[in-house]
Amino acid sequence: MIEKLIFYVFAALLIGSATMVIVSRQSVRAAFFLIVAFCASAVLWMLLSAEFLALLLIFVYVGAVMTLFMFVVMMLNLDQESLQEKFVRYLPFAVLLVALMVGVLVYAMKPGHLGELGLAISPHPSADYSNTKALGLLLYTHYVYAFELAAVILLIAIVAAIGLTHREKSRNKRQRIDAQLAATKADRLQILQLEAEK
Amino acid sequence: MNFTPPDFFPAILEMLTLGMTCLVMLVYLFLDQKNRGITYFLTQITLLGTAVVAISLHGSPEVITFDGSFILNSQAILLKIFILLSVSFVLMYSRTYIRENDILHGEFYLLVLFSVLGMEVLVSAYSFLTLYLGLEIFSLPLYALIALKGNKPVCQEAAIKYFIMGAIASGFLLYGISLIYGACQSFNIHEIISMMSLSIHTEPLLLTLGLVFMSAGALFKLGIAPFHMWVPDVYEGSPNAMTLLIATAPKLAGFALLTHILVEALPVLFPQWQYLLIAVALLSMAVGNIIAIVQDNIKRMLAYSSIANMGYMLLGLIAGTPRGYGAALFYMIIYVVMSLGAFGVITMLSRKGFELEKVDDFKGLNTRNPWLAFMMLLILFSMAGVPPSAGFFAKVGVLEALVKVNIVWLPAVALVFAIIGAYYYLRVVKVMYFDEPLEKTPVILESFDTQLAISINGLAVFFLGLFPTTLIELCQQAFLA
Repeated sequence: MIEKLIFYVFAALLIGSATMVIVSRQSVRAAFFLIVAFCASAVLWMLLSAEFLALLLIFVYVGAVMTLFMFVVMMLNLDQESLQEKFVRYLPFAVLLVALMVGVLVYAMKPGHLGELGLAISPHPSADYSNTKALGLLLYTHYVYAFELAAVILLIAIVAAIGLTHREKSRNKRQRIDAQLAATKADRLQILQLEAEK
Repeated sequence: MNFTPPDFFPAILEMLTLGMTCLVMLVYLFLDQKNRGITYFLTQITLLGTAVVAISLHGSPEVITFDGSFILNSQAILLKIFILLSVSFVLMYSRTYIRENDILHGEFYLLVLFSVLGMEVLVSAYSFLTLYLGLEIFSLPLYALIALKGNKPVCQEAAIKYFIMGAIASGFLLYGISLIYGACQSFNIHEIISMMSLSIHTEPLLLTLGLVFMSAGALFKLGIAPFHMWVPDVYEGSPNAMTLLIATAPKLAGFALLTHILVEALPVLFPQWQYLLIAVALLSMAVGNIIAIVQDNIKRMLAYSSIANMGYMLLGLIAGTPRGYGAALFYMIIYVVMSLGAFGVITMLSRKGFELEKVDDFKGLNTRNPWLAFMMLLILFSMAGVPPSAGFFAKVGVLEALVKVNIVWLPAVALVFAIIGAYYYLRVVKVMYFDEPLEKTPVILESFDTQLAISINGLAVFFLGLFPTTLIELCQQAFLA
């Protein structure tokens, strides 16, 4: 009973804050609502007895990713007015599409259409069951190939980030011969018509 | 928990690529500026060496490993060979361009290698999890590569556009995967197939919805109308060497993505996806061929031509027979060879501070470099589908597969669009041969390997047209097993 109550409270919180992420006018506020959404979904995962994932969501996403995200959002000087202008212009079209999508999804996801095993989870594991250990065992055996590939993605991100931000060359004070040869009189010389002083 | 280590050998190509990529990365770190050619040679050795291993693997029986998430069959090997070879050609064409335009060469080659690794993973994926990981590994480096040229706002705009469109495509794909997981409780293509054969009588509405989302993601990646809006902008905005890269090998990977989803995982839903593909193929051929006519920018023109060509490729899948799938694969390979040549010439003609972009820049190419103009002529004739070029046999293959299953109206419409399309390819030929050049200086290609590469490429288009049987048979076998 109490579990159901917790579920509905946090599910409502999740949906509410997720909606606020997209409708709130300020991007900093939207980022805060995203944090709330993460925390609410962490509680939902806790109810599914996936403690490790729930804590990971809080540590990694709320603790690290969102903090960084907030920094970026605060540093960017976003032009709120022009963003909202387009928001209003496309609103009817967006509402129509969303309504259509939700309608189709609700129809398609009637309980009968989901597979039979869809809602069956083992709710009460034994006392010495460790979620972390079970995940680790699965990750390093069954999913070892996918795990290695995910590691490669991180490596790519490092190489790409360094490649994109490392612009030592353009800061070097070296001679750019091609630019010198391509220069014309108009680039360097400016003739001003000054009024004669009286 | 008992654990038997999986069979690692089938993944030898991926392991080779990854190992060599890490080696290139370490070597690059300790090189000084004078020896930077070594990075290029190591990259080429990696690509060609892996391609040789792939060729030696061809003909071996189908293997599934890593708990059913990896497959090595003749189709995967064939695609991998062509991906590796085409990227090797891309690097040969763009070597001078990279040097002259001050693009960080080490990062360039590294990201290209990572992208190749992703394509290999995608081609060999046998579960939706590895399929998605492969897609991300091959796309992420491409986004970064476009922005690598730094200070150009056009390039950065193209990179952001490509990135956001790619992210949307990934989102669609993931949503589709989640719906199919909801219906089948598995990511594994093998398990999905067995699950479906069990529950064929139940209403496949959820599956169909998943199918729509997943194929939308794949069509996005291939740049097929109505998901094509990014293609011309990204092709135009990217530096020429990157356009050359994104217009070639990723198409083969995209083909693998589409066939994994439609042909391998969801053949049960053939009646549903056949109608879907007919609609997008018609739209693609119409949009691509008609809008290409008015383009003055050759990169935009070839971008619309790629949209149209992807439409023709889909015709093979619409047929729904192994013969049709084989024809689609053949079409894709020939398209990649042709587009490699066309964008290769564009990249080679670009110099420091001069990006070849306008159709008019080709004016009088015949008087400036007759051999290069002749190679471009062969490639353009093939794209227009003039017999006996390879492009002609590719088109005949997909149309014939459709006629075999008694769909006649679609090939007829496709032919009409092909005739419209011939105009803009032949216009470039006319500009090259009959117009006065804008500048009289002859075009001299400095490096010997570039010259050799374009000659092989142009003649390959010609000889694949004269003797297409071997490759067609290889493609057919890939889907028969």
